[in-house]
Amino acid sequence: MSWEVVIGLEVHVQVNTKTKAFCGCSTAFGAEPNTQTCPVCLGMPGQLPVLNAEAVQKTILTGLAINATINLESRFDRKNYFYPDLPKGYQISQFAVPLVEKGYLDIPVGDGEKRIGITRIHMEEDAGKSMHEGLEGVSHIDLNRSGVPLMEIVSEPDMRSADEAIAYLKQLHQLIRFLDVSDGDMEKGQFRCDANVSVRRPGEPFGTRAELKNLNSFRFIKQAIEYEANRQIELIEDGGEVVQETRLFDSAKGESRSMRSKEEAHDYRYFPEPDLPPLRVSAEEVAAIRAGMPELPGQLRQRFEQEYGLSAYDADVLTQTRELATWYEQLVAAHPKDPKRCANWMANELLGRLNEAGRDIADSPVNAQALAGLLDRIEDGTISGKIAKDVLDAMMASGDSADAVIEAKGLKQVSDTGAIDALIREVMAANPQQVEQYRNGRDKLFGFFVGQVMKATRGQANPAVVNQRLKILLQD
Amino acid sequence: MAYRSLTELADQLERGETTAVELAQQYLARIEAHNPTLNAFVHCDAEHVLAQAEASDAYRAKHGARAMEGLPIAVKDIFCTSDGPTQCCSNILKGYHAPYDAHVITRLKEAGAVLVGKTNMDEFAMGSSNETSAFGSCRNPWHTDCIPGGSSGGSAAAVAAALTPAALGTDTGGSIRQPASLCGITGLKPTYGRVSRRGIIAFASSLDQAGAMTRTVRDAALLTGTISGHDPADATSAADAPDVDWLAACETRDMQGLRIGRPKEYFIDGMDPGVRAAVDAALEQCKALGAEIVDISLPHTQYAVAAYYVIAPSEASANLSRYDGVRFGHRCEHPEDLLDMYTRSRDEGFGAEVKRRILTGAFALSSGYYDAYYLKAQQVRTLIRQDFQQAFEQVDVIATPTSPVPAFRIGEKTDDPLTMYLSDVFTIAVNLAGLPGLSQPCGMVDGLPAGLQWIAPAWQEGRLLAAAAAYEAATPWHQQTPADFTAGEQA
Repeated sequence: MSWEVVIGLEVHVQVNTKTKAFCGCSTAFGAEPNTQTCPVCLGMPGQLPVLNAEAVQKTILTGLAINATINLESRFDRKNYFYPDLPKGYQISQFAVPLVEKGYLDIPVGDGEKRIGITRIHMEEDAGKSMHEGLEGVSHIDLNRSGVPLMEIVSEPDMRSADEAIAYLKQLHQLIRFLDVSDGDMEKGQFRCDANVSVRRPGEPFGTRAELKNLNSFRFIKQAIEYEANRQIELIEDGGEVVQETRLFDSAKGESRSMRSKEEAHDYRYFPEPDLPPLRVSAEEVAAIRAGMPELPGQLRQRFEQEYGLSAYDADVLTQTRELATWYEQLVAAHPKDPKRCANWMANELLGRLNEAGRDIADSPVNAQALAGLLDRIEDGTISGKIAKDVLDAMMASGDSADAVIEAKGLKQVSDTGAIDALIREVMAANPQQVEQYRNGRDKLFGFFVGQVMKATRGQANPAVVNQRLKILLQD
Repeated sequence: MAYRSLTELADQLERGETTAVELAQQYLARIEAHNPTLNAFVHCDAEHVLAQAEASDAYRAKHGARAMEGLPIAVKDIFCTSDGPTQCCSNILKGYHAPYDAHVITRLKEAGAVLVGKTNMDEFAMGSSNETSAFGSCRNPWHTDCIPGGSSGGSAAAVAAALTPAALGTDTGGSIRQPASLCGITGLKPTYGRVSRRGIIAFASSLDQAGAMTRTVRDAALLTGTISGHDPADATSAADAPDVDWLAACETRDMQGLRIGRPKEYFIDGMDPGVRAAVDAALEQCKALGAEIVDISLPHTQYAVAAYYVIAPSEASANLSRYDGVRFGHRCEHPEDLLDMYTRSRDEGFGAEVKRRILTGAFALSSGYYDAYYLKAQQVRTLIRQDFQQAFEQVDVIATPTSPVPAFRIGEKTDDPLTMYLSDVFTIAVNLAGLPGLSQPCGMVDGLPAGLQWIAPAWQEGRLLAAAAAYEAATPWHQQTPADFTAGEQA
């Protein structure tokens, strides 16, 4: 009998506000330890939190994008636990009444879609960072991250495989970046995932779950879920029982170990945060945020297919991020004649080259205007598509415009029939045997002549003109 | 001459009969003479006080006087000040220097006040007798074997013995009003949200409020007016609180048409007969001034103490988690590991009463007990608030005794926390409802002061001040001074 894996995910997303959730400190990443702190985020006596309105707006925007209910009155609670990187000894979070509830995300599964329920999104503050590695007998604490705003996005246990979990996470990751509510940089811990995993026989009630912590890349998440599901299945098949516990995934070993059991689980002693009044937002504010909602990836994909006639594949590639989509539309605006050519060149040629160079579209040395300039030269026959690829290489390396590269390298395509006729005659004179054979019916040799002419012009002859003139002159 | 009000001192300064420096010197001399007996101040830096006074005199000469120009004010050790230590009378904060001023301290400085030092208090404001202070008990100037009340006992004793003309206290369950009552001075706890809590070391965030402890009603108005007002950095500070014309309210001299509620639950068996007689007489006086006394009921009063001792410790259990030995305050010697550092630092740093409340609060919030304790207490709180709302449909203000008993002897109740908790039986409901309350002297019981408490609807401090000012003008109690503190007098 088969097993079914049941997965629910809790994702911590760092909201990309300029300042922290409850004080005016910068949230910029990578500063010297403890330089972006103040008495509030250091938890000094008598200091009080003041809620960052931008973090609220971004959480609401995210809620609207997942078709969720926005609670016009929500509440902050204190989550109590001791840890050196938690300065107040409690984290300000939302427990009883979160800002966002009951939404969903549709994810691609096979050829179709699957709807994954999202239980809630609540606001909270991040803790600092403890550092133990390379330190003997002491630990260091960096509180720059203390108080940085987070959204915790909690899904329903609706996923049935590691692949579905990854599809959900990728969809969510794309969404939060599209909405510009988070930079979503996983290496910087801006998108962190805990997974609740259980197994059951299909149709049976949910099994006992284990919570996997410390999952910080898509690859590890998949590994961790698969490892955990297999561990549970083996355990049950060997007559054992799954216990409710928190497990830590060790990405180096590719396995997880128990961190704490249910009995050792923290009692966080949640209670309403008395330093913050209930969070009230008006229906008008929510409506205004909804009105400012950018086009979402799905909508954009559909529009690209319809408006520009793109293939599903190209539309998908070009809507992976908002930056890409915007870049593409700038390109089309600058080269409106052929949106498909735009998509081709951007998706295959430009992104391919950027990918190889390990660069992002944001720091592409060739901007949309410049690429349009290159496409214009293909369009008007100045260069061939093949030559254009070399020109793009040169543009990437130098940052020069297409025209400058064409000019400097003398790559301008030869379309002048007089010049081409002269070349054809030279080639015919040099290959009298082949001319003879061709005229006797060996049509295949036509390609040979094309090649010879192109070679003589170092590829700069306009292939269409060459074809046309060759046909005429070879008949003579 | 030391027993002067802020108002009298301000007039003398204005007329040039004295200077801020002279006043500072006089009060410093009295602190030096009497603090060893009273232990009202836990920190006083004479040089720094004189420097502020000099700066104030210079400011007056150049620009004229600000609202509290040159007036000496003492503050409870719970207010963070960027000069001198802020220790909350706890060993866990011994030697702690805050890098900032509390919002109310900034207000005082901007008004030209001279801060004379930090006053004694119960550790983290947890206590009703000042006996839980890590710096030793403060004594009641009326009888030095007696407690001054708490938790703002040092501020009350300092004002009563004229070691300062006025002081700031904080009131979470009666900590301004009860010691004011026991020391025979005036204490005003404003409406919750009237005064910013920023920079005031938190005990119970939903209840804490700073206020004035003074010799007269007008002084309380002046000081409260100076420290109150919206602070955007405190989300619980009211942005749209109705204003009060603080000093004008104190001009009232009669009670014509004033309806005073007399809640039957505040006149109970077991209260001191002398206190009861004093309050009864005070209400007769109010009648003579034209007030109508209306018998009312606040039916849920009996549950206030129980609800308070769930809610306040619950909030405190979280508020005091930051004292963990990691970043500031006391850290134990040679911790073996993290847990050892936490447990020993906190065990060594906190006193018994603070530990009792942290444990009580942590218990009340625990999974499985939350509904029975914390949630139930919050429901009681709502009922108590509704009691007052209904009462204020019938009356303008409510009058009660502040404390059921006068000051008791040091050590008398320290072994019995429950009896100690009952010291605040008449003051706690006001905090739970977030209302303003004022205590003023209304008689003497065997040489110890008794206090009359006024309660008004939220934001109606003006009503409290008007009633209290009229009563004060018609009675001698606020002019009584304790004997034995004449040394340091300069005629």
